[in-house]
Amino acid sequence: MVFVGWYFVSNTLRNLDERKIATGFAFLAREAGFEIGETSGFAYGAADTYLRALGIGLANTFRIAAVGVVLATILGTLLGLARLSRNWLIARFAAVYVEVMRNIPLLVQLFFWYTIISESLPGPKDALTPVPGLFLTNRGIAFPVLHYDPAQWWVLAALLAGAVIAWRLVRWAKRRQAATGEQFPALSVGLGITLGLSLLVLLAVPHEIDRPALSGFNFTGGAALTPEFAALLFGLVIYTAAFIAEIVRAGVLAVDRGQFEAANALGLPRRRAMRLVILPQALRVIVPPMTSQYLNLTKNSSLAVAIGYPDLVSIANTTLNQTGQAIEGILIIMLVYLTISLSISAFMNWYNRRVALKGARA
Amino acid sequence: MKRIVRLTLGIALLGAGAVHAQGTLDAVQKKGFVQCGTNVGLAGFAQPDSRGAWKGLDVDVCRAIAAAVFGDATKVRYTPTTAVQRFPALQSGEVDVLSRNTTWTITRDTSLGFNFVGVNYYDGQGFMVPKKLNVKSAKQLNGATICVQPGTTTELNLSDYFRANRMTFKPVVIEKLEETLNAYYSGRCDVFTTDVSGLVSTRGSRPNPADHVILPEVISKEPLGPVVRHGDDRWFDIVKWSLYAMIEAEEMGLTSKNIDQASASKDPAVQRFIGATGDFGKMLGVDNKWAFNIIKQVGNYGESFEANLKPLGFERGINELWTKGGIMYAPPLR
Ligand SMILES: N[C@@H](CCC(=O)N[C@@H](CS)C(=O)NCC(=O)O)C(=O)O
Repeated sequence: MVFVGWYFVSNTLRNLDERKIATGFAFLAREAGFEIGETSGFAYGAADTYLRALGIGLANTFRIAAVGVVLATILGTLLGLARLSRNWLIARFAAVYVEVMRNIPLLVQLFFWYTIISESLPGPKDALTPVPGLFLTNRGIAFPVLHYDPAQWWVLAALLAGAVIAWRLVRWAKRRQAATGEQFPALSVGLGITLGLSLLVLLAVPHEIDRPALSGFNFTGGAALTPEFAALLFGLVIYTAAFIAEIVRAGVLAVDRGQFEAANALGLPRRRAMRLVILPQALRVIVPPMTSQYLNLTKNSSLAVAIGYPDLVSIANTTLNQTGQAIEGILIIMLVYLTISLSISAFMNWYNRRVALKGARA
Repeated sequence: MKRIVRLTLGIALLGAGAVHAQGTLDAVQKKGFVQCGTNVGLAGFAQPDSRGAWKGLDVDVCRAIAAAVFGDATKVRYTPTTAVQRFPALQSGEVDVLSRNTTWTITRDTSLGFNFVGVNYYDGQGFMVPKKLNVKSAKQLNGATICVQPGTTTELNLSDYFRANRMTFKPVVIEKLEETLNAYYSGRCDVFTTDVSGLVSTRGSRPNPADHVILPEVISKEPLGPVVRHGDDRWFDIVKWSLYAMIEAEEMGLTSKNIDQASASKDPAVQRFIGATGDFGKMLGVDNKWAFNIIKQVGNYGESFEANLKPLGFERGINELWTKGGIMYAPPLR
């Protein structure tokens, strides 16, 4: 095995050398020379290095994967529960959604969303403005943002402080309920305190608003979601949610019916029974297959290149083409995806151990 | 992901070393056809016609090579490649030659491990914009959104040009030409940029070509030509002289129509060209009638230009022969 590997490596190097194909990773420090359409908030220009360009690609991959995973989980869970609903219409709708979305190839869905966005929305000069300050065009969705000021970090501090207060409140309410049986809406009150506190601080620090405005060809100012990002996000979320819905449904169905009946007998309303009794047990069944859906979503985000979202694979592709160093380019892609996969798996394993039956661990 | 798998397989081929153990000519002769990397579909350069037969200026180079090697221009198989697929395809040995509107640059010639055999179309990069934008010059494009394909010289020249002119732009980089064009025509981009030949060719396939204008600025040199792997001089020579035979024939006035009568010619250069005298074929390692077969079956450069590009509205321009005011020039066949 080792010998075969060594043979391949040495043979490849010799072949590359004979054809005078450049090898090594020195190219990473060279000037990239190409622009990137969106950079997830990082600074980048054509004069930066290939390494930085790849970093931007990675940031773009993380951004789409992170937002995608959260939204797909929410949508998927809602759909999974909807399929179990006693309302025939809702249950049918969810079933049809799952069947249709799972069976249309993701690439087709991506092209569909991308075409919808770029064909049906008007150009920048005739932008749609559903609410003042928000502009829908075939260049994306432009919206106002806060003009950055270092003092705004205090808002984050307030948010954290609020979260701590809310957490303590919840613990206190739990203890009180255990002792006296009295309930207290700790979660809503905590949330209210957090938001209120943050808002107060925000009003106290400089908070100028940066609005998008049409200048020349495009909108400048504010922030924007590009059609590429939006189409990729829609596609990934809508597609992956169909799979997650099935996982959630299977997880709930796997919980013994007796648990439902017991919760019923205790007089718990259906919703609370779901939240307090069924879902915690279902999670044990749900988490492992969910991991592979998260991995799939992340890997599928590499279809980005088809609709022009500059994710890692897209940038690496350009790089390996401009430098000709295909082997190094592929190695970088494989290494990054391997790291992402292993990290997601590790995290989900950890989480799985937490939700697993305590007895089963000993 | 699928492409990555393909790329990885291609690279594994590099490792296996089988491609390189023997010369490309031997390998081609053994399998019985030339594997030619072409464009996915660019009218006039490489595109399958309604019956699935590949046609175009770049395709004719592939056919000329087959005519030289086998005496039969049909012994070609085509591998359509996008801009980012083409180089790994050649590096890994998936194709024997790349004839796909590819610009000759020092990077590609050296560190990518290729050799450019010559130029079959002298081009430059241009910009196309919708007429209704009323843009007259590339200098007015500051802040524009520009559709461009990845892995091209286009992508790099574009950044250079805007940097040099202190302007900014937003690129939209999509791999497949068709999707890039969709993005441009749907208004996602203000501008589409590529080689001027590519602009003319793609615009010509639109229902209303007049709705789009090509700006006067040509921002780069794009000498397009066939490419082979570095390190196989014999194959390099065959591909190079297959191209030059087409150009030389035009200069000599030899065409697919009159080459049969050429044996009666008193001109010793013609006699050498058709292989009646001399042994150029033997020197190249192919049949002595190699050049005759190319012209008979494929035609000379001018005929190929006439058949493939004239109908799309192309002018010869600098691609005219050097004797007629252009820069098309073949080293002497002697
Ligand atoms: N000559 C330039 C650009 C060549 C190129 O790829 N042009 C585009 C635009 S015309 C093309 O042929 N695309 C066809 C495709 O990718 O399918 C280069 O060699 O980098």
